[in-house]
Amino acid sequence: MSERVAVRKTYKLFIGGKFPRSESGRSYLVQDSNVSLASRKDARDAVVAARAAVKGWAGATAYNRGQILYRVAEMLEGRRDQFVALGAPADEVDAAIDRWVWYAGWSDKLPQVYGGANPVAGPYFNLSAPEPTGVVAAVAPEAPALLGLVSVIAPAIVTGNTVVVAASPAAPLAAVTLAEVLATSDLPGGVVNVLTGRLAETVPTLAAHMDVNAVDLTGVADAELAAELEVKAAENLKRVLRPAPADHDWYADPGLTRMTTLLETKTVWHPKGV
Amino acid sequence: MTATATSARSDLSELGRSETALRTFLHGLPGVDQVGAEQRAAQLGTRSIKTTAKAEAIDLAIRMVDLTTLEGADTPGKVRALAAKALRPDPSDPSCPHVGAVCVYPAMVPHVAEVLAGSGVHLASVATAFPSGQAPLEIKLADTRAAVAAGADEIDMVINRGAFLAGRFKEVYDEIVATKEACGDAHLKVILETGELATYDNVRRASWLAMLAGGDFIKTSTGKVPVAATLPVTLVMLEAVRDFRAATGRQVGVKPAGGIKTTKDAIKYLVMVNETVGPDWLDPDWFRFGASSLLNDLLMQRTKLTTGVYAGPDYFTLD
Repeated sequence: MSERVAVRKTYKLFIGGKFPRSESGRSYLVQDSNVSLASRKDARDAVVAARAAVKGWAGATAYNRGQILYRVAEMLEGRRDQFVALGAPADEVDAAIDRWVWYAGWSDKLPQVYGGANPVAGPYFNLSAPEPTGVVAAVAPEAPALLGLVSVIAPAIVTGNTVVVAASPAAPLAAVTLAEVLATSDLPGGVVNVLTGRLAETVPTLAAHMDVNAVDLTGVADAELAAELEVKAAENLKRVLRPAPADHDWYADPGLTRMTTLLETKTVWHPKGV
Repeated sequence: MTATATSARSDLSELGRSETALRTFLHGLPGVDQVGAEQRAAQLGTRSIKTTAKAEAIDLAIRMVDLTTLEGADTPGKVRALAAKALRPDPSDPSCPHVGAVCVYPAMVPHVAEVLAGSGVHLASVATAFPSGQAPLEIKLADTRAAVAAGADEIDMVINRGAFLAGRFKEVYDEIVATKEACGDAHLKVILETGELATYDNVRRASWLAMLAGGDFIKTSTGKVPVAATLPVTLVMLEAVRDFRAATGRQVGVKPAGGIKTTKDAIKYLVMVNETVGPDWLDPDWFRFGASSLLNDLLMQRTKLTTGVYAGPDYFTLD
């Protein structure tokens, strides 16, 4: 009997719920695996997919979004070993799973903490409600690859935004494997889109794109590039999350800023009628 | 050679006189190779048009757009807004050309005419009991005359598909001739509604029938049935206008309508026009796109080329 030939995996992009190769046909080598090298056209396609997904995802109930995020945690739990085999420490995988659960819980609580009734000088109900800003372009931190990636995706999507995330160029395998988890977690296609490759190629396109509503520059280590991206983002007044400081502790309590920066507040005045 | 051409010309003008002659001629047209037509259309769709060629193609496509609204919910305000957009599709860029025409229902023609007067943008109106064409001839002709009287200089008529499919070619022919007469100076576009004709052979026959009867343009669809313009159908129609010009010397325009939504689609059509009938047809007088959402995509791509930044739909009008 001939010896069995192992099936080698090609790590592809994740756009609109599908796993396409880069439109450019390029790839690069990471840990002996071929990974797609995304072009600016892939970035454009990802924004189109993310925009198309906004209506359904922002329109889903907070309860439903929470359930889906919890489902991601379940699926990630089932693939623990795979992430460990790719080089993620076991405690990082645990922390990533816990982070999904933590954010899942916020889905129907954030509007109560961050919105609510405002006291006003007049016979009115004055109610503020947070709403998703739309399409968020995010840059994942270089390390920790899995926990850092989860920590930029989850706070953006839990409130109803959709995301195009540029994975860490040095550690894209965890990102693509996480995309496989997302694809099997009832998350509608296009809510999360993952691009792998050089940041300098895809991120400026995303930061300048007029159909992107916010940029999360967490993973941009180069201060000059970060400043350039902020200038591009200013063109249509995108919401901006600044790069994380080098000594940021990803295992600590994330706080609410990552979620609240990516929200718009809608305030309604209504006569009390008494 | 000259003698044959002349006799062919006179033969064609005689065809409309009898049902038998028309049927013999239309059924004598060579059949369309379905696989070949589809493969040819798909192959032409793979051409890569970039940078300056793309910029020129986009501007040409904008000039070819028949900006259309054919809804029961059309109001004078809505069509006036659309006409204003036709004049200045991108208000922030004066170098952006105006579109080819605005296409509306006859009742809306006077409101559009006010806005377009003297601008060079044509005013098209659908007529002849659009979109079904299922009304008595008198009513169809009155519909046409009313639209022309109100200021339309292009009439989009629908052929009687019921009669065509039943093989009553003379009836269809006579209706087109009568409508052409009712148009007066206005250009007549003949809508074949290819989605209801079932085969490419029928599309070829209907194209010839419309051209023999005097149509100035042949148009694929009303946009009101599920199957609208496709590349292979347009290819068959382009071949028909090419052969018709070779046989008679008269040039007829082509207008695919319905389902063309992106710049990429529009450029595929332009490539096909250039490769099938040549640059003579690459002009708004001879090729038009019946579309509404296409224009915004063309404008977004145009903005991308001029600014280098991908544009978003938030910055263009909803219509």
